[in-house]
Amino acid sequence: MAYQFDWAPVWHAIPQLLSASLVSLQIAALAFFVGAVIAFFLALGKLSPHRLFSFPAKAWIELARNTPCLFQIYMIYFGLGALSINLSPYVSVLIAITFNNAGYSAEIIRGGLAAIPPAQHQSARGLGMSSASAYMWVVIPQLLPVIYLPSVSQFIWSLLNSSLGMIVGLNDLTGVAYQLQSVTFRTFEFFAVTAVIYYVMVKIITTLSWIAGLYLVPGWSGSGRR
Amino acid sequence: MSNTYFVGLSFQSLLFLLEGAGRTLLLGFCAGFFGTLLGLTIGWLRFQSRIAAAVLAPYVDICRSVPLLIQIILVNALLGVFGVYWNAFTTGLLVLALYAGAYFSEVFRAGLHSVPIATIRAGRALGLNGLQNLAHVVMPIATRVAFPGWVNIFLGTLKDTSLVAVIGYVELLHATQILITQTQQALIVLLGSGAVYFIMCAVISSLSRRFEIGIPK
Repeated sequence: MAYQFDWAPVWHAIPQLLSASLVSLQIAALAFFVGAVIAFFLALGKLSPHRLFSFPAKAWIELARNTPCLFQIYMIYFGLGALSINLSPYVSVLIAITFNNAGYSAEIIRGGLAAIPPAQHQSARGLGMSSASAYMWVVIPQLLPVIYLPSVSQFIWSLLNSSLGMIVGLNDLTGVAYQLQSVTFRTFEFFAVTAVIYYVMVKIITTLSWIAGLYLVPGWSGSGRR
Repeated sequence: MSNTYFVGLSFQSLLFLLEGAGRTLLLGFCAGFFGTLLGLTIGWLRFQSRIAAAVLAPYVDICRSVPLLIQIILVNALLGVFGVYWNAFTTGLLVLALYAGAYFSEVFRAGLHSVPIATIRAGRALGLNGLQNLAHVVMPIATRVAFPGWVNIFLGTLKDTSLVAVIGYVELLHATQILITQTQQALIVLLGSGAVYFIMCAVISSLSRRFEIGIPK
């Protein structure tokens, strides 16, 4: 084999890669939690009998699910740029992944809501709760165990999707690895280490969410994903 | 304002986009086909034997825990390390099929697990051999469970072909980018290619829904 491996430039860049992976995690977390809140309203909107609510929700969900995430990033970065709305790579990637996440999470939440009998909400109303507090104290606590595992997967998805920011010049883990490899020509070495960092991040998220699930999610035993 | 540096949008641009869409479909369908074969094999192996399940678990795990973009760049670089120079289509197909195969295998495995063990034994007791039992009893039941998941992952693969652009394959999104550079009309071109993606996915998912109704419950 003619190729000589040279790992030294990668070891020197480890601190840079690790701080860049915090950017990835930050984008993933913001996109996931903001996306989840939007997704809840999208799911309610899609189930609503009023077209005024259901049409925009359906349009959002379908657009987010039927076009590639990279396309959505392009749309925000280049598309809005054409309208003279110039956003930084960080903000554009954040908006695009939040948009994407909200669409996918909405379907998870809608599936979860379908599993809860409508009588639960109605009887809470019958006990004198307002609609909002019936959701808050009766529906959502039952929803959580159903959607918990798919939501963890969705969080991991948003982390993996944030790697697409590289293409618009974001300084996330992938972006920094790409810049460093273009300076040192050590493509394989840099991306191998990057892959390992992503893998470890995913494992940490899975483990932490498993532990958190034991304490936070009522009636959830911690079986399931991976 | 007349501009001498950039080309205007024309009928040619539309053809260029559609050509890109054709390549997206070609790569998506090839990766979907080989990924399905791989997923069936791995899903069945992991269902059948505990050893195979343990041996193949890291493969599925890694494919699902590392971004596809990194996988594509890494495999492309690795092929270079070994002195193998494939074109972007072949490299992209290899990575996408391996990646989709991991996801497909989980869907198929879940489908196989949904078949009640008593049903499998009843088939054997009726005198069907292992292969006949698989073809006439297990697969028809497993397919009903696995089909919606299979379609979702197939659509995911079709959208993921957009990432093969980073190693130079001119599929729909790469064609879009080239057109944006040529014409500087980002919004119109992006809306056009978005519409093409949307139509491709919508047509496939509505076809699959029609097919799903046809599967006897």
